[in-house]
Amino acid sequence: MARMPWRPCPWPRSGSVSTNMAWAGLSPEEKRSERFKRWLSPPAVKFSSPQAGKLYKDRVTRFAKALQLQKPDRVPCILPAGLYAATYAGTNLHTVMYDYDEMKRAWLKLLHDFEADTYIPPALVPSGRALEAVDYKLYKWPGHGLSTNTLSYQAVEAEWMKPDEYDALINDPSDFWLRTYMPRVFGALKAFGQLPPLTSFEEIATMSFLSFGLPEVQAGFQALLEAGRETLRWAAVVGEVSQVALQAGYPGIMGGLAKAPFDTLGDTLRGTQGIMMDMFQRPDKLHAAMDRIAPLAIAGAINGVNAANVPVIFMPLHKGADTFMSRKQYETFYWPSFKKVVMALVNEGILPILFAEGSYNDRLDIIKELPRGAVAWYFDKTDIFRAKEVLGNTACIVGNVPTSLLMTGTPREVKEHCRKLIEVCGKGGGYILAAGANIDEGSPDNLRAMMEAVKEYGVYR
Amino acid sequence: MPESYVNLLADLKEDEVLKLTKKRIDSGEDPMKILEDSRKGMEIVGKRFADGEYFLPELVFSGELLKQVTAMVKPHMSGKATQVKKAGKVVIGTVAGDIHDIGLNIVDFMLDVNGFDVTNLGVDVPADKFVKAMKDTKAPVLGLSGFLTPAFDAMKETVEALEKAGIRKNVKIMIGGGQMDDEVRKYAKADAFGKDAMAAVSLAKKWIGVN
Repeated sequence: MARMPWRPCPWPRSGSVSTNMAWAGLSPEEKRSERFKRWLSPPAVKFSSPQAGKLYKDRVTRFAKALQLQKPDRVPCILPAGLYAATYAGTNLHTVMYDYDEMKRAWLKLLHDFEADTYIPPALVPSGRALEAVDYKLYKWPGHGLSTNTLSYQAVEAEWMKPDEYDALINDPSDFWLRTYMPRVFGALKAFGQLPPLTSFEEIATMSFLSFGLPEVQAGFQALLEAGRETLRWAAVVGEVSQVALQAGYPGIMGGLAKAPFDTLGDTLRGTQGIMMDMFQRPDKLHAAMDRIAPLAIAGAINGVNAANVPVIFMPLHKGADTFMSRKQYETFYWPSFKKVVMALVNEGILPILFAEGSYNDRLDIIKELPRGAVAWYFDKTDIFRAKEVLGNTACIVGNVPTSLLMTGTPREVKEHCRKLIEVCGKGGGYILAAGANIDEGSPDNLRAMMEAVKEYGVYR
Repeated sequence: MPESYVNLLADLKEDEVLKLTKKRIDSGEDPMKILEDSRKGMEIVGKRFADGEYFLPELVFSGELLKQVTAMVKPHMSGKATQVKKAGKVVIGTVAGDIHDIGLNIVDFMLDVNGFDVTNLGVDVPADKFVKAMKDTKAPVLGLSGFLTPAFDAMKETVEALEKAGIRKNVKIMIGGGQMDDEVRKYAKADAFGKDAMAAVSLAKKWIGVN
């Protein structure tokens, strides 16, 4: 998410608590209340009209209440429009990844055409040129490994980290990143493997300068500089769109993204295959690595949220789902370090929306142990009616209109499905209507049907 | 010994399995017998997976074990590759525009341990490649995998390509993975949606007529 112009914040911008004693002295509840206040009255936002300012406050209040298990004026709705704006505006993902004006046009069209409760700026549309500058290998995107008309970018699962590299990661994650991981996932930075450990700069460390003189290492730095310049151009446009949305009265709901340590290792380091082998062959190393990654995930998440002025963070959860591992494996390998990250964010006054991709039917009683009102659970394929029964008194429930219905069904069918969801899950508050996953194309009338449903069936009296 | 070997493999006892494999090779046992026992062990793994006792980690790990055993045994094989009888042919693959293969590989594994001759075309498979594979193998069953929503259209296009090639009526098509469900099955005009790898096995069995 693009960083807003700097202004004084009550919380420490570095994410390090010790730098601000007053903030550190607050309880988690007080911190959350501070953060929610700032979400409600964002400093330095000039609303385009008094009406826009009022609508903004109404919308934030609607989400804030639902997220904290209260009854808002009506059920809020998050439209599943992550990358949808591109096809909606008659262009495609490939084009908007390379043409920021087109990106802006598409995203503003979506903003103005739906009277949604929240708005997702194009921060999830990466700059194709920035990725190309560093020859990113972790992802394929339209026109780069996938055909130009593909509507999504996709991660390439591989053993980006080898099984015998756990100690290197655990001993010094930054060093492992710089000299081992980055040379693998960024083709242009391959020569960074020749860099010395930065801690070798001690006294007159002449030899430590040496590899910085190599042409291939210098080319790597040039590539990074180019990616940086390109990203500044991109961020200016994303920031502009975000500002327009805020001024028009549409709040953001994604203050940042964070991941469970098991997923960080399983998605982009060891790969699914690798991490599952490690569960048998080197469980102690795996645990130690997750413990090492957890504080990094926490600090990164807090920084993101502080910069965005939205107290809510999204955590997409992958490899702990029902079909990926047994309940016992979940409790042993996935839950402990994940819970640590979640609780650290909660204690900082941040409200995580935990997005359980796939299904979590066999996890409901485990995840129930998080404190009341501290998190929201966003379900994809989980039996959401049962989830409401089990979790309804402890966490806000978000979800889960099937994406298949949104893409192939009629507006009437979508609206009817939403009505059922609202009637059951919306009971007593603490519910947000959303789709199981984002859609990339399909009839806009099906998205309008979701908005119609919350307005018609979701009003609390 | 074979019985406990089968069980050790099924129980994923890595050290014991490897030690015992070496012992059996050293004692001059027919390598084919060792492989046959491994196959039986994998069959049990597949059954435990189907019963919900094993999950993906066990599947992955058992596959790795089998790979190690095969690598140990192979140098001792005399070249006479005995063809194991297969239940029937199935072609599978992830449709165009989608590079996800975790689900695809589970289906591959489960069909394989249940005796099917599986042709796995991998990921991001264009429709014409599916058509060619169906013609080449004459397989009666096709499994289409997809994780993301763009796969909806790719599946539909694959089915249409089979229609256009005039072989749709000879082929039963099942779909599965990520965001797929029966709505997508209708949309793509496939014959069945399977919610997991066990469903793929029972559909293939039903269509091919194996018990």
